[in-house]
Amino acid sequence: MRSTDELARPNPEALLAVAARADGARGQLKIFFGAAPGVGKTFAMLEAARRAQAEGLDVVVGVIETHGREETAALLAGLPALPLRPLSHRGIALQEFDLDAALKRRPGLLLIDELAHTNAPGSRHPKRWQDVFELLAAGIHVHTTLNVQHLESLNDVVAQITWIRVRETIPDAVFDRADDVEFVDLPPDALLERLREGRVYLPEQARQAAHAFFRKGNLLALRELALRRMAQRVDSDVQAYRREHGIATIWPAGERLLVCVGPGPRGTRLVRAAARIATSMRAEWIAVNVETPALALAGAAERDQLAGSLRLAESLGAEVLVLVDETVADALIRLAGERNVTRIVVGKPTRTRWRDRLRRSLLRDLVRGSDGIDIHVITGDREAMAKPSRRPSSEHSPVAHYLWCVALVAALTAVDSLLFPYVDLTDLVMQYIVGIMLAAVRFGPGPATMTAVLSVAAFDFFYVPPYYTFAVSDGKYVLTFAVMLAVGLLISTLTARIRMQVEAARVRERRTAALYSLSRELAQLRHKVSIATCAARHIGETLGARVAVLLVDERGQLMPVEGTDAQLVADPRELGVARWAFEHGPAGRDTETLPGAAATHLPLVAAGRTIGVLTVERGRRSRDTATDQLLETLGSQTALALHRVLLAQEAQAAELRARAEELRSSLLSSVSHDLRTPLATITGAATTLLEGGPGLPREVHHDLADAIREEAERLARLVGNLLDMSRLESGELVLKREWTPIEEPIGAALDRLEGHLAGREVDVHVEPGLPLVALDALLMEQLLMNLLENTMKYTPPGTPITITATRDGESIVLELLDRGPGIPEEALPRIFDKFVRAGGPPGMQGVGLGLAICRAVAEAHGGSITAGKRPGGGAVFRVTLPIGGEAPSVPAEESE
Amino acid sequence: MSDHSPLILLVEDEPQLRRFLRPMLRAQNYRVVEAETAREGVALAHSHNPDVVLLDLGLPDGDGVEVTRQIRAWSAVPIIVISARGKEQDKVGALDAGADDYLIKPFGSAELLARLRVALRHAARGALPTADAVHSFGDVRVDLGRRTVHRGDAEVHLTPHEYKLLVTLIRNVGKVVTHRQLLHEVWGPGAQENHYLRVYMGQLRQKLEEDPARPRWLATDAGVGYRLRDEPAR
Repeated sequence: MRSTDELARPNPEALLAVAARADGARGQLKIFFGAAPGVGKTFAMLEAARRAQAEGLDVVVGVIETHGREETAALLAGLPALPLRPLSHRGIALQEFDLDAALKRRPGLLLIDELAHTNAPGSRHPKRWQDVFELLAAGIHVHTTLNVQHLESLNDVVAQITWIRVRETIPDAVFDRADDVEFVDLPPDALLERLREGRVYLPEQARQAAHAFFRKGNLLALRELALRRMAQRVDSDVQAYRREHGIATIWPAGERLLVCVGPGPRGTRLVRAAARIATSMRAEWIAVNVETPALALAGAAERDQLAGSLRLAESLGAEVLVLVDETVADALIRLAGERNVTRIVVGKPTRTRWRDRLRRSLLRDLVRGSDGIDIHVITGDREAMAKPSRRPSSEHSPVAHYLWCVALVAALTAVDSLLFPYVDLTDLVMQYIVGIMLAAVRFGPGPATMTAVLSVAAFDFFYVPPYYTFAVSDGKYVLTFAVMLAVGLLISTLTARIRMQVEAARVRERRTAALYSLSRELAQLRHKVSIATCAARHIGETLGARVAVLLVDERGQLMPVEGTDAQLVADPRELGVARWAFEHGPAGRDTETLPGAAATHLPLVAAGRTIGVLTVERGRRSRDTATDQLLETLGSQTALALHRVLLAQEAQAAELRARAEELRSSLLSSVSHDLRTPLATITGAATTLLEGGPGLPREVHHDLADAIREEAERLARLVGNLLDMSRLESGELVLKREWTPIEEPIGAALDRLEGHLAGREVDVHVEPGLPLVALDALLMEQLLMNLLENTMKYTPPGTPITITATRDGESIVLELLDRGPGIPEEALPRIFDKFVRAGGPPGMQGVGLGLAICRAVAEAHGGSITAGKRPGGGAVFRVTLPIGGEAPSVPAEESE
Repeated sequence: MSDHSPLILLVEDEPQLRRFLRPMLRAQNYRVVEAETAREGVALAHSHNPDVVLLDLGLPDGDGVEVTRQIRAWSAVPIIVISARGKEQDKVGALDAGADDYLIKPFGSAELLARLRVALRHAARGALPTADAVHSFGDVRVDLGRRTVHRGDAEVHLTPHEYKLLVTLIRNVGKVVTHRQLLHEVWGPGAQENHYLRVYMGQLRQKLEEDPARPRWLATDAGVGYRLRDEPAR
């Protein structure tokens, strides 16, 4: 065994914890710690508070009970106090510390008495220490008081000393989390003196118990406990100091403790014992429950106790695992090997020795299998003597099953009475055994056992001489009875086992299947809403629960996703709990925070990032550790899937930004070239005209002026395209769709380009009877003009152009066909991208925006544009536009 | 340049544009007065009583549509608005407020002079339709007095709305007529359905144009309205 005095190796969590503590954002917690009520903790706290106030700190009293003591009341005077929050529980008016008021007030230092206090139902947290933690998280410093008997891990010890079990406890982690602990000490004699003078407050109902509690022996023991706990803390402070200051000695591999928790009331005691051992060794510890087939059939009460034990372990700082295995020992040994466990803590078996011998003993198997691992065996106590409940009544075979068994035996006996004259007695025994097997398979172990007993009785009564009495004449029949009964019982036990295993396997199978089908479906989804609805449906089906998924919407608000059970958070209070869960951790029913809520709210966390909240409302009965774990697993699957989508979205956004950047640079290079070239021509031509004066020949004069005009027109087109593109892309452009015959924009575009068509043959074929199309006439004209300009640019002058308009289902298809060189294959995919110029004659100019505008316009109309080869040579551009429904009719008229 | 040559009021804040327009208009025997702001424009329209107003819509001290409205309050002088492409709303606004025609920047001198000629001709003829006149374009002959339409030798039968539409365009020949004005004229005040207009225009083209998909006379000004040309497109 390694020495436990050596320092534990600092793990990353410990270093992070130091970092978190050094972070000024978190509040500091100071505990005034005492061995018993009446030692003067509140007094000491108030004195310290007054000193702090004198130093100029904003000290506010959150909650302090003076219990009518004058010294305390005197110290309270002059300290501002938060009003208590009135609460009503079952008609009784209560007052509680007002957490929200404190958070709003944000004092420099808040005084809160009695850290172990249990809040009244209806408060946000069930325990006051949780209020304090929220305050600390909000950066508020807190002073508080605590007695040693309220420490969770010492709860049993205190109970053993004082014979009083304290119900209000706090996890040791809370005590350890305190930045400072001041021990308030009063020798037992002095305390007893104060008690006699009536200067110790005791609640009415505690008066009688007080007599037993305030015995000198108790007080001495409690004081010793408190001092020891204090010493432990000082020790860990020294350790913390050394850790922070990097004072390295040899770091041994840390001790790791494993405690095996089973169902039943002994679990909590076992967990507390393990926590004490782990704390004293400064070891990490794991609490594990092994789901064996037998456990799968444990009663609801036992399962609840198990869940309670595991939660306790978690609150005491253990890592909690649930394993599934055939036998407990195998599972423990395997886990111990995997996790380098150095000690295993188990409960002492309560079975009698002979049963131990008959069955496989956990302890024996453990000791055999655990080479180099210390085994701690914890004894049971009074609590443990309570017999674990048998299978719950709901799982008992119904009375009908027993009646069926009686009928079965009666029927067999009747059949046997017919056979009796012809067959051997042994054959009759065989028949009864078949009956027992039937009962075992069909009705379970109880009825089977009864069938066995009844069968023996019936066999004896009817067929063993002397007949019709239970008396037996021949001694050999006693053996027959014994064998018959033994076989019957064995069969019923075996059958019961098989049934259990089948049941356990079924439960496991269901979980695996649920997990598998969820992850498989989630893997195919690409949108967070569909993931949320899919997950809600799966989790709901698997757990038989109502499920909602809440995600942060565009306005930054956590809202239920449509398609999941949004009704769950229809109540603003419930939504408030969900939001609290989003920011702080699990909340709502079956959790430590706001357990009064109707549903459980679990934050969906992946890669350290909270993405949303899973809200689940389960039936009261459907809760145990296994389903809790299943829920957690399903939740983390969902979180992972959502996280994946978020990452993908972010990657896409980053890519978009990169593409925009790329576009901007190509725009700059393009525009600077295309703007400068015509400007150079214009400047050159204009200066030549000016300087040449009347001496220039007439044709030169004309040529120069024409060059200026041409270049200016090109500039105008370029600027126009740039403006169009930016308007289309900025999203400011609102489509003005009107019902228009498709010929109109075609005619308008051809009309505007009349001068440029330069006598080219243009054929327009519009299918007769085309319906009106909902389009923005101006944009459509622009599209067609750009297409025509593009065609004229890339095809030899004089080659014909054809425009056709046809109907294709609910769309109108416009085609522009030419007889030019066609579009190079490799250019096709990018031809409609911005700043792309595909091949074309040398010296070709233009920014490469024309076709990009065409695509933008087509897409703005909900249509598309493609380009391809025209059969027989040339290119074809095809614009598909949705008709956009049915145009309102135009009343017909007679001609004049 | 005589005192009888037409007077043009040029309301334009860009000195470069005025620098190009002024000599060009003078060379065509027009007289020119210039205003740089909307307010100055309205004042000069009052004091000089011009024959045509050339009005830029993007003025520093106000909106050209408002200037149009103010001038129209007391004068029927033809107003031609000048605007940039992509500002169809402004153009339609000015036309509906009473402007006669528009030009899109940048424009060539030929285009400007053609619009000026149309405007002056309309002003000379007066706003009223000539009841007994016969209007012809291409092979189409419209007898406004007898309410008949012939294409070549054959009579073309038009529905009442088609005829009204055609007459409205003839009355404004050479000028753009906005959708609203046409709806108002043909279907009466309050008519909203732009697609009626498009359908009837299509029918009119079917009956009167050689190639209805490439009309030579009945032109579309996309986003603004329609225009009956006084010279064919090809």
